[in-house]
Amino acid sequence: MKNTPLNDKHLALGARMAEFAGYNMPISYSNIKDEHHCVRTNVGVFDVSHMGEFIVKGKEALDLIQLVTSNDASKIEIGQAQYSCLPNTDGGIVDDLLVYRLAEDNCAEGERAYMLVVNASNIEKDWNWISKHNSFDTRLINISDQTALLAVQGPKADEVLQKLTDIDLSELAYYTFTKGTMAGIDNVLISATGYTGSGGFELYVDIKNAEVLWDAVFEAGKAYDIQPIGLGARDTLRLEMGYCLYGNDITDETSPIEAGLGWITKTKKGEFNSRDIFIKQREEGVDRKLVGFKVEDRRVPRHGYGIEDLEGNAIGEVTSGTQSPTLDVPIGLGYVQKEFAAPGTEIAVVAGKKRLKAVVQRPPFVEKS
Amino acid sequence: MEFPENLKYTEEHEWVRLEGDNIAYVGITDFAQSELGELVYIEVETVGETLEQGDEFGTVEAVKTTSELYMPVSGTVLEFNSKLDDSEGDDPTLVNSSPYGDGWIVKIELSHPDELEDLMDAEAYQASIA
Repeated sequence: MKNTPLNDKHLALGARMAEFAGYNMPISYSNIKDEHHCVRTNVGVFDVSHMGEFIVKGKEALDLIQLVTSNDASKIEIGQAQYSCLPNTDGGIVDDLLVYRLAEDNCAEGERAYMLVVNASNIEKDWNWISKHNSFDTRLINISDQTALLAVQGPKADEVLQKLTDIDLSELAYYTFTKGTMAGIDNVLISATGYTGSGGFELYVDIKNAEVLWDAVFEAGKAYDIQPIGLGARDTLRLEMGYCLYGNDITDETSPIEAGLGWITKTKKGEFNSRDIFIKQREEGVDRKLVGFKVEDRRVPRHGYGIEDLEGNAIGEVTSGTQSPTLDVPIGLGYVQKEFAAPGTEIAVVAGKKRLKAVVQRPPFVEKS
Repeated sequence: MEFPENLKYTEEHEWVRLEGDNIAYVGITDFAQSELGELVYIEVETVGETLEQGDEFGTVEAVKTTSELYMPVSGTVLEFNSKLDDSEGDDPTLVNSSPYGDGWIVKIELSHPDELEDLMDAEAYQASIA
C-alpha cells in the first residue's frame, strides 16, 4: 500500500485511515457529516494525491487524445480543462478523467502538451490502454508519483487561497486553470475544478512541496475555520451532485450514453473508440439508464441492492447510495430499465428483506453553488 | 476504547449485559460504533418476537455503510430503546457517544441463559479485534 506525501499530516491530525485504490487514505478526521457541512457552508481541504496524472506531449498529442477520449478535445484552449471519458472498444468505460491543455512554453515548434488526470484505481489500466493506442508522434509521461493534489473546496475557498497568491483567482472561471506561485511555491497548477459542487480549486504541486502548501492553506484558512476532509465526505458530497464514481456508477460494462454522459460523448468529432456503438445507442436508444432517486424510508440504499418496479419485477440495480447530510434523507444512483427512468417514477429498492419506496429524481439532489 | 468487564461480547461486535436471571440489554461495542462512524438510523422491527441466537433482529445505518444486528443469545425482544428512534425526535448517535450506556439497543428475555457462556469476556473480545 502506498502513502501520499501528506501521510504524516493525516496521522498527526488523527485521521481514520483506510486502503483505497492501493493507497492509505484519510477516510475521515472528525465525522463525515461535519466534514460534509464544512465544505457546503465554509471551506475544506482534501488530500487527493492518489489521483493519477499523465502528460501527453508531442506533435500529435491531440490526435491520440481524440482517439482515446469521448469528448471533443479539439475544443480545449490553453488554460482550459475538460471532463471526458476513455471508452473501451465494446461500448464501456475504461475510466473517466479530466483533460487539461497546458501552456506550450516547454514544447518544440508544433507540439502540444496535455495533462490527463485519472482515477487512482485505474492508473495502470489507463496507462496501458492509452499506450496501446499511441501510434502517434507523441510521448506519454506518468507523473503520478511526483504529483500531489490538494482540493480546496467550498464557498470560502477563493478567499482563503487568494491570501496565498498574486494571481486574481476571481478571474479563474469554472474549468479553467493557470500555473503560478502560491504560498511561495512556483509552478502550482491552480484549477477551478472539483468533485463537490461547492466551488473551489484543485492544486497540483510537486510532492516535495506538498506539506508546505498544505500547512500554508491551513494557516490562511484559520480565520475561516478551515478543516481537513476525508474520502467519506468526498463521496457524500459528489453523490448529492449526482457525479459518477468510477467502479460504482460507471464501469467497463456501462456506456456513457446509459450513464447520462452523452454530453461528453461527441460522436460528431471524428473517429474514437466505440464511436459507432454510441452513434447506434443515440439513434436507437439504450435499454437502461443511470438515474438518481430519493428513498422515502429511513433505510439507506447501497451499491449492489436490487431495484424493482411496484409489482416486484426486477428492473435494475443501485450503484451508489448514502444518507444525504444536507437533506437528511437517503439518496442513490442506479441503473433502471428505460421505462422507469423518468423523474417522478416510483420504484422500490430492495434492502435485504425490505422494499424501500423511492422516487426517481434528476440530480443534483442539492443545488450547486 | 473501553470494554467493560461486566459485559459479554460476540464476534459480530455486540455486547450483552445480564440484569437478574434472564433479562439482558444488548448493544454494539465501542469498536463497532467507531468502525461504522456516525449512525443515522437504527431499525428494530422484531419487538415481541422470539429469535434464535444469531438471528437478525435489526439494522443500523451509518452514513457510509449498513450493518445487520444479530441476536447474541436466543430470546424474546422485549423493548427497543426509544431514545434511539429518531422518528420520536431522539438520536441514534447516542450509540456513538454512549455505546454501553444510553446507547443500548434492545432489552431481551433470554430463552437459554447458559448460551452466555459461549460468548467472549472483555479480554477475549479485545484480543479478537487487536
